[in-house]
Amino acid sequence: METMMSLLVGVLVTVATYLILSKSLLRVILGTAIMSHAVHLLIMIMGGFSGDSSAPLLGEEATSYTDALPQALILTAIVISFGVTALFLVLAYRTYRDLGTDDLTKLRGLDDDE
Amino acid sequence: MNNLLVLPMVLPLLVGILLIFLRPFVKWQRVISFATLLFTFGLSIYLLFHVQQEGIITLDFGGWSPPFGISFVGDSFSLLLTATTYFIATICSLYSFSTMGKDKENMFVYPLVHLLLAGVSGSFLTGDLFNLYVCFEVMLLASYALIVLGGERVQLREAIKYVLVNVLSSFIFLIAIAYLYGVTGTLNLAHLSVRIAEAGQPPILTTIAIVFLLVFSLKAGLLLYFWLPGAYGAPPMAIAALFGALLTKVGIYALFRFFTMLFYHEPELTHTIIAVMAIVTMVGGSIGAVAYNDLRKIVSYNVVIAVGFILSGLAIFNEAAIEGSIYYLVHDMIVKAFLFLLVGVTIYLSGTQRLERMSGMIRNYPLLGWLFFLATISLAGIPPLSGFVGKVFVAQGAIDGQAFVLLAVTLISSIFVLYSLLRIFRTVFWGETIIGTDEMVPLKTGMILPCALLGAATLALGLGAESISGIVQDAVNTLLNPQIYIDAVLNRGGA
Repeated sequence: METMMSLLVGVLVTVATYLILSKSLLRVILGTAIMSHAVHLLIMIMGGFSGDSSAPLLGEEATSYTDALPQALILTAIVISFGVTALFLVLAYRTYRDLGTDDLTKLRGLDDDE
Repeated sequence: MNNLLVLPMVLPLLVGILLIFLRPFVKWQRVISFATLLFTFGLSIYLLFHVQQEGIITLDFGGWSPPFGISFVGDSFSLLLTATTYFIATICSLYSFSTMGKDKENMFVYPLVHLLLAGVSGSFLTGDLFNLYVCFEVMLLASYALIVLGGERVQLREAIKYVLVNVLSSFIFLIAIAYLYGVTGTLNLAHLSVRIAEAGQPPILTTIAIVFLLVFSLKAGLLLYFWLPGAYGAPPMAIAALFGALLTKVGIYALFRFFTMLFYHEPELTHTIIAVMAIVTMVGGSIGAVAYNDLRKIVSYNVVIAVGFILSGLAIFNEAAIEGSIYYLVHDMIVKAFLFLLVGVTIYLSGTQRLERMSGMIRNYPLLGWLFFLATISLAGIPPLSGFVGKVFVAQGAIDGQAFVLLAVTLISSIFVLYSLLRIFRTVFWGETIIGTDEMVPLKTGMILPCALLGAATLALGLGAESISGIVQDAVNTLLNPQIYIDAVLNRGGA
């Protein structure tokens, strides 16, 4: 199970890297969103899987529970990356309106420094 | 008593929230934020002296004993940096009162600055890995908003890059945390240190150490500083001064913590990588500092050189070098804020940031000119001023540790710092004056006073280096003997 998940994370990181290296601003933001999924899955894997352990709810009265800590970490990380992505999207919208382009290669310095 | 330790983080957080509701009342915002910063500065000084007498203070949130809960740990190193942070923040806010402009002050500048400071001091004080990540994000989110505040074209353009780089480095930070949790099964820094020492840092942990090195290098601008000069050129000068003095220093602090307390078992590998990165950083920063004719670019590249210098102390990794780095870190925070504020005043008075369009300003503004000269020689490390002590100790450590390449590069980089700043001094302040007395922009007291205060601070820190030497030695002692930190956090009372 961990191997399969690791492969999935690898694929997601590859896709994210490819998108982040593209020219269009929106693709870059999609890339960061996919990257966040990859990272959250990775934290999940690092907590470990085992088929017979129950969800971390004491009412389940099971003999073993899954590790609750990574789930709390992921929940925190999801909220943070959600906030950052919202800010990034609005920033991209403002940039598109004010500078009239979403092409990252045209967002260079120098031309209107002078 | 121990509960006071949380105040340097929580107080700015609460006051920041309060200031959001006071949006239309700029005067009240100024009064409250200045009072808070001054009070928190006093408090962190008090905590710092308390630590000198009683040893490391720890605070476990909610009464959960470590490693199960989150704890805050105040040792000499973190509290020294917290106190310096609030000193600089107080003075930068004084500067922003006269320069920021109503339109920006109305748009949540002071709340955001307070949240930024909460993130910075939280990162200094926390004893938990994931809490460090959260504090980093608090700091970064506030800095995203501050960098783009005002919405000018150059700010939007640089903010896109700054946000992207930091989002990516945050994801790499999370990846590193996931790996480290997978290997060791704990998140408390002291407990991690114990577990890593028990395992003797096998190759997998060294790999994770290098991932952490990558993350914090992106934050600190060590080798991976490509985003820094553009980003620090965009925001208003009071904000840029805060960024230049604080943000990279948080990365440097994290590097010091991690590579003296957690990953110190394989210094031949990790510390050699840091040494190479520090050398390239100093060379690149020196080239940038002499290449540009833009005042803001020159000072931004000076930030990069200082990062390389401080981390070469970590790379040498002996007592004298670490001591020198800590002296230089405190000096650099103060004097970079000083330099950014002076450059801000110069740009305000001359109306341009191009070197070749300014000349002879010392005739019109003698105090500004001589303060700039003071900043120049202080940064270069001329003896009576604060940059000297740090440089001497790092050089001594390099000689003791046989690191002659690093010795040469650190000393040559000082010459480049001196050259780049003297070039500003010569072209901007000397020569024929091009501003007539009738068209001279009057210099506001509110602008020059914060600069003068920072100038006095660098003089005082240079002349009174003895007075903080006890604190610095205690910080070095804790950094080089992780057992002291571990005992303070895990084996309280017993041990």
